[in-house]
Amino acid sequence: MTDNTQKPVSNDKSDGKIILQIKGLRLEAVRGGAVIVDNVDVTLHAGQVLGLIGESGAGKSTIGLSAMAYARAGVHIAGGAIEIDGVNIRELNAAGRRDVRGKRIAYVAQSASAAFNPAHTIMDQVCEAPTIHGLMSRQEAEAWARQLFKSLDLPDHETFGDRYPHQASGGQLQRAMAAMAMSCRPDILVLDEPTTALDVTTQIEVLILLKSLIREYGSAALYITHDLAVVAQVADRIKVLRHGKEVEEGTVDQVLQAPREEYTRMLVEVRGAAASERAVQSSVKDEVILKVEHIDAAYGSFKVVNDVSLDVRRGETVAVVGESGSGKSTLARIITGLLPPVAGSITFKGAPLPKSLAERSKDLKRQMQLVYQIPDVALNPRQRLIETIGRPVSFYFGKTGAEVRKRAEELMELVELPKEFLSRRPTELSGGQKQRVCVARALAADPDLIILDEPTSALDPLVAEEILKLLRKLQAELGLSYVLITHDLDVVHRIAHRTAVMLRGSFVAFDKTDAIFEGPYHPYTEQLVTAVPVMRSDWLDGVLAKRAAKAKAATA
Amino acid sequence: MRILGHKPTVTAWIGMAIIVVNLAIAIFGPAFAPYSESQTVGATWDEPSMQMLLGADQIGRDMLTRLIYGARMTIGVALATTALSFFIGITLGFTAAVLGGWVDTIISRLVDVILSIPLLILALIILGVFGSSIPVLIVTIAVLDSTRVFRLSRALGMNLTVLEYVEAARLRGEGTWWIIRREILPNASAPLLSEFGLRFCFNFLFIAALSFLGLGIQPPFADWGGMVRENSAAINFGMLAPIWPALAITILTVGVNMVVDWLLSVEARPSGAQAEM
Repeated sequence: MTDNTQKPVSNDKSDGKIILQIKGLRLEAVRGGAVIVDNVDVTLHAGQVLGLIGESGAGKSTIGLSAMAYARAGVHIAGGAIEIDGVNIRELNAAGRRDVRGKRIAYVAQSASAAFNPAHTIMDQVCEAPTIHGLMSRQEAEAWARQLFKSLDLPDHETFGDRYPHQASGGQLQRAMAAMAMSCRPDILVLDEPTTALDVTTQIEVLILLKSLIREYGSAALYITHDLAVVAQVADRIKVLRHGKEVEEGTVDQVLQAPREEYTRMLVEVRGAAASERAVQSSVKDEVILKVEHIDAAYGSFKVVNDVSLDVRRGETVAVVGESGSGKSTLARIITGLLPPVAGSITFKGAPLPKSLAERSKDLKRQMQLVYQIPDVALNPRQRLIETIGRPVSFYFGKTGAEVRKRAEELMELVELPKEFLSRRPTELSGGQKQRVCVARALAADPDLIILDEPTSALDPLVAEEILKLLRKLQAELGLSYVLITHDLDVVHRIAHRTAVMLRGSFVAFDKTDAIFEGPYHPYTEQLVTAVPVMRSDWLDGVLAKRAAKAKAATA
Repeated sequence: MRILGHKPTVTAWIGMAIIVVNLAIAIFGPAFAPYSESQTVGATWDEPSMQMLLGADQIGRDMLTRLIYGARMTIGVALATTALSFFIGITLGFTAAVLGGWVDTIISRLVDVILSIPLLILALIILGVFGSSIPVLIVTIAVLDSTRVFRLSRALGMNLTVLEYVEAARLRGEGTWWIIRREILPNASAPLLSEFGLRFCFNFLFIAALSFLGLGIQPPFADWGGMVRENSAAINFGMLAPIWPALAITILTVGVNMVVDWLLSVEARPSGAQAEM
């Protein structure tokens, strides 16, 4: 356990009094007794922001929740003390704990749209805690809520509270949730991945506002995230967790620039890799595999893709980047035939490709495969891997029994999984292993083109790194072409030969990846590129300064 | 011991014991029955004795023997009905969910039409027209009951067809039947199984009700619902006769529901635990 006093740093607010102290926290699974969090200490001073970072399963959310003496279903707090202002809330009765929650310590969940009750107005939900705790009258609570809405830069802050959750965007809801957490003026905020579900350009806005909110009202906060670059912007100190244990803790600059542990160093380096790695051009052949020309598509009367043209050559990776709602996933659905376009044409290996899936022959379907974003729902939980991977082999190539098994074993080797896994079900695999299985299933069809729909965005950074490596290796070995749909510019940088930037259904740019990111930028590309957090603690301040300068220049 | 990957509760164990005993009686009981199904042994509504442990029915047949034969008939018909009803309902429901569009519209509206008429009235009309033989009874109730199964399986299918592994199968070019059988059915089996228990109870009570009205299983076959009706007059004389078949109906219904309740609770809370507040 690191001691604050050993490293006096200027922005380390360790001089404030200790507001939250967790000692020797231990959480176990109710069944089986597996240890989820093992002997973790957390010390939080008034007004300080502590970043909790780690991959999924590291126990960071569990620790965040246990700061309120709450444990999710299936987990229980087995040991340790949780002291808020010196009072061990684990020793309080249920009523005592309820009194602390919301009032002294409040929680902001990852997915605000799932956390709000759709049947009540936002104002009702924001005012609930202070009135229930008897801190304010309804009028006072509403006035305070409006002030918070204003601080959080919500539109029409006077009337914003009258809206229902479906009438606000994802970014607005996330801010409204921050207002809800602040409604009782708690001493401590627990922010659980508050920007992870948001687009990069929305994320930066929410980050700026959360940071200023914490500063303005002097709350202490636990900021939980898997993204080092994000936590670097808001936190004073960072605690790195892995497998429920603490890896190291230090100030932001110390962790980013001089990580002491091997694991932290790997985390830092993964984010840095994008700067150096590039796709190898030599693997690209001249033969055009896929040509999409002037495609329009619509859901009913709502137009989602507008005059998009794209071509992919053998051995090439073409990336399509954009935010959610830009139409990039729709483009994937059009190419695969799930959504027939209303206008335009698609050519596959020189021959026109029928627009709808039903008109495409079995062999055409075989040559084009899709890998999904979330491997958990892309694999049938009731099928063993031999069925999942073996089915395309028997379906397309008419093989049976031992031949299928032999091919499945080859495929497992290709995606670097032990062939003993063939008898397992998806629930017995980790996220990265599941994604490998999805890749193996696509390869089983022996395709020419694989459409990758956000193949790494549901995975932890180190695991995503491995999948990217695998995809590159397979491209080099098998001469595959990829269409990569993503919002992650890091990934694009590293594996795409050419990149298209998509905004509201149209391409605003389509060129060699380097040309796209080196400028001169299209204004939207610039917005996208500059919104990606950089792993420096002063990046957000720099962006703000730049914006202020721009605004000044505009008014002058 | 674990069943379906979960530890049954005490009530679930009791329920399972009741079901197993009832099934055993239905299958093997007649071999051990003291008399044959329609053999007259004593006089009308004889009191329980060493010869007739539960007494005699309205024409002097042994009540215990009738109950044992009745188990076979009642449970057998209810099981056959429920199985057929599930086969029809699941096939149509999943087909509607997977194919969607006009197939879904046509099947769904047809089901709505049937659902808009009270089932008992519809069953009475059909059985009145075609006469109440056991095959007609089974098919009639199964078709009527399958509308309920259709509703559930269509909803389950709708939730599953949008999942990506089903889409992956579609993209591969798999046919509708394969998608239903291999991708959807295995993932819908838990809720369908608990619904099977519930619908078995309803069908069982429905047959009992029809028998009570005289349109169910016809004499001389014994069935519990019919036995309640035939012996109902004995209540007027303070005799126990109609209580025995009624009790058999009650016990089996409660037993099946105990198991179903447990199945439903397991589904609703897969982790099998509550949050620590």
